[in-house]
Amino acid sequence: MSSKLANLASSIRQNRAFAGAVLMLLALFVLYNILHPRGFSSAVLIQNANESVAIVFVAMAQTIPVLLGGLDLSVGAVMTLSACIASVLVNGSPLQIIMGMVATLLAGTAFGFCNGLIVVYGRLQPIIATLATGAIAMGLALFIRPKPGGDVDGDLNWAVTNSLWDFVDTYGFFDPDAAWFAPVAWIPVPLLIILVFGAGVWLPFRRTVIGRTIYAIGSAEGAAYMSGLPINRAKIAAFTLAGFFAACGGLYLAIQTASGNADITQAGAYTLNSIAAVVLGGTSLLGGVGGALGSLIGALILRVISFYFRILSIDPLLQPLVEGLVLLAAVSLGAVRVFRIKNRLDLFR
Amino acid sequence: MSEHPFLQLTGVSKYFAGTRALESVDFACERGSIHAVLGENGAGKSTLIKIISGVLKPDTGSISIDGMPVDYASPADANAAGIVCIFQELSLVPDLTVADNISLAQPPRRFGMIDRRAQREIAEHLLARIKCEDVDPNALVRDLSLSRRQMVEIAKALGKRPRLLILDEATSALTRNDVETVYGLLADLRQDNVASLFISHRMNEVERLCDTLSVFRNGRHVETFAKGEKTDGQIVRLMIGREVDAQFPPKPAPTEHPAHLRVNALSWEKRLKGASLTVGRGEIVGLGGLDGQGQKELMLALFGVLRGVEGRVEVGETSGVPGDPAIAKQAPRRIALVPEDRKTEGLMLPMSIADNLLAASYAYVSVGPFISPALESQAVSEAVARLQIKIGDPQDAVATLSGGNQQKVVIAKWLMTDPDVILLNDPTRGIDVGTKQEIYRLMRRLADEGRAILFYSTDYAELIGCCERVAIMYDGAIVAELTGDAVTEEAIVAASLNIHAGAFGVTQ
Repeated sequence: MSSKLANLASSIRQNRAFAGAVLMLLALFVLYNILHPRGFSSAVLIQNANESVAIVFVAMAQTIPVLLGGLDLSVGAVMTLSACIASVLVNGSPLQIIMGMVATLLAGTAFGFCNGLIVVYGRLQPIIATLATGAIAMGLALFIRPKPGGDVDGDLNWAVTNSLWDFVDTYGFFDPDAAWFAPVAWIPVPLLIILVFGAGVWLPFRRTVIGRTIYAIGSAEGAAYMSGLPINRAKIAAFTLAGFFAACGGLYLAIQTASGNADITQAGAYTLNSIAAVVLGGTSLLGGVGGALGSLIGALILRVISFYFRILSIDPLLQPLVEGLVLLAAVSLGAVRVFRIKNRLDLFR
Repeated sequence: MSEHPFLQLTGVSKYFAGTRALESVDFACERGSIHAVLGENGAGKSTLIKIISGVLKPDTGSISIDGMPVDYASPADANAAGIVCIFQELSLVPDLTVADNISLAQPPRRFGMIDRRAQREIAEHLLARIKCEDVDPNALVRDLSLSRRQMVEIAKALGKRPRLLILDEATSALTRNDVETVYGLLADLRQDNVASLFISHRMNEVERLCDTLSVFRNGRHVETFAKGEKTDGQIVRLMIGREVDAQFPPKPAPTEHPAHLRVNALSWEKRLKGASLTVGRGEIVGLGGLDGQGQKELMLALFGVLRGVEGRVEVGETSGVPGDPAIAKQAPRRIALVPEDRKTEGLMLPMSIADNLLAASYAYVSVGPFISPALESQAVSEAVARLQIKIGDPQDAVATLSGGNQQKVVIAKWLMTDPDVILLNDPTRGIDVGTKQEIYRLMRRLADEGRAILFYSTDYAELIGCCERVAIMYDGAIVAELTGDAVTEEAIVAASLNIHAGAFGVTQ
């Protein structure tokens, strides 16, 4: 028993940054609900969750190349491209809708796979390779949807952007007022989507040899090679999974807004925010340390900060300035470790 | 027993950018044997190992295992054939746990995913086998000491069920108890008919463990013989190909040197525990002892790299521990440090030779805020001439130079600041004999110019050959100071182990 406790303690110590991010999110979110006139209600939670899904997925997408020690500047663009594809395909009969969603996810995944091939076999730095492929993704998105618009199934839009009650009610799986269903009926569907897709894909992936190879590459690529790990496959897999997560974000964005919009500014903002979320979630930009769940938390922190502007009467013009200051302060907390370092050479390791 | 040796190399050669690393080497390794490979740095030992373990491909020649020719594409292929190497540069991933590292390439799996419980059990089992129960399988490798990391490395190698185990200086960082454990382990493996290749510079280890010895020199396999066939002196002669003499410049007659660098009761964290010593102008003081007894930290502290150093440091009339390398190198202290690892701390490898030479002394070649191209090129050509650095163009990347010439660039860089105190942290590690001798002569010349030199070396012969006085460190403090004729290998070894001379078998 005591050894289990010791394991837990050492696991928290090793994931100090993640634990800190969770605490920060809880504090920010509780305070937000206290200040909000209708705080702690399902409606507020649903609205918040809805607005968080896309950035959460994009941040998780960004995490995986960052763990390798690289950056993926195409995640926002791949999300936008996927949203535009979804705005064309996700409608019609139920079968057509499902096929449309699958096609959207496959398209984003394939794009990520190409990123990986270019990085590995083109021997390019990820940051510059994805800068180029990101522009290509935007070009394709504009080609598919020159003007904002589209036609996404209305039922689907309603069902996945509200509570579980509405989801069941829309599709009539069973009586949504059933007594056994009541305790979970309030849960927002977007929150479930984040948990199921995010945790459901990431946690198992992390425990595969490929997943661990990604960590090993970011930590010490030479040692990874000497240990006979599949380096090229892991790099390709990292970008492929990034493409998949970005496509998840794009698909949800299209369903949520019932349209697609090849907005270059928005794509860029998503990419940059994804990097901020990754850092907030405790992943090292040098690679090897962190994880996508941390980025999930980091993205939620970014979102909660922006929610405050709705309830506090701050001039909207000040929003970017305040957001920047808060982000700087939050990231600085992660730099506290520097004060404990006694050998200055360790600062550069 | 099969008629073929386990491993056979025939006519293997390897060239790097035109220079020969291995030249038509024939080499064989038998099952159930512990086989030592001896040779100087640059003799081709590490190239040989890299070829056997699949890191490098030979340019010519063939390798066969059990009489079957093989051709590996990667270390993973060699592992699959049962060839496992414990590398000198550790192959551990610092941000993963001990258990992750031990089964890094071939983890136990359930439903396609890594079975962490099984992985932990494997780690516990292997760590117990090498008596390292104190290592927590869930700890990050980053948080372990160097000696524990090396033991984890050994556990990792064992987990691959080797048929040929290669140990490349694998005991260099270990504690004495660990070394005994590894000896026992190798004996067990020999019983199981596993072949071991053992690379070490410690002759007493080789004597104790190995049954067969092979000597390499200048990329050639000189001779292989059974233990006891040759005396130590004969082996050394085989290794260097001539008598050991005239390596070192003559020492001057002993004189009194006014103390210039005075260190008193220097302490830092748990690595320095009240180290005290003095170095006079015109004097070369050796710093000895086993690796990792605080020699590196002492030099870093004097150079202002460490935070929270306690104790007194005086350089000439100036007292106080410098707060920063930038302060340490300036007047009035004028300290220079040639660091341990030239590739990360000494050089900026992708930058040009000229930039590296000038990195510490831009102030001397600048006019106002601008670097003067004329002064710059003059200073660079002076430095190149002074140390006879063999270069093509000063604008070439410093990474293109050989190890010896890279080290000369590091030393030249610091000489350009005209230092009064020169700290040398193992400056001859991994460089060829010719360059070594040049460095010894240079050190003597610098001392004769009145500079104070503190010289740390892991090679006892260097300390004996170069220094008037040798201070031996043990566990963060100076435990002995040897002067003049008292500087002998026996005395250094005994002091390094913090025991009295005569109690321990001495080699060479």
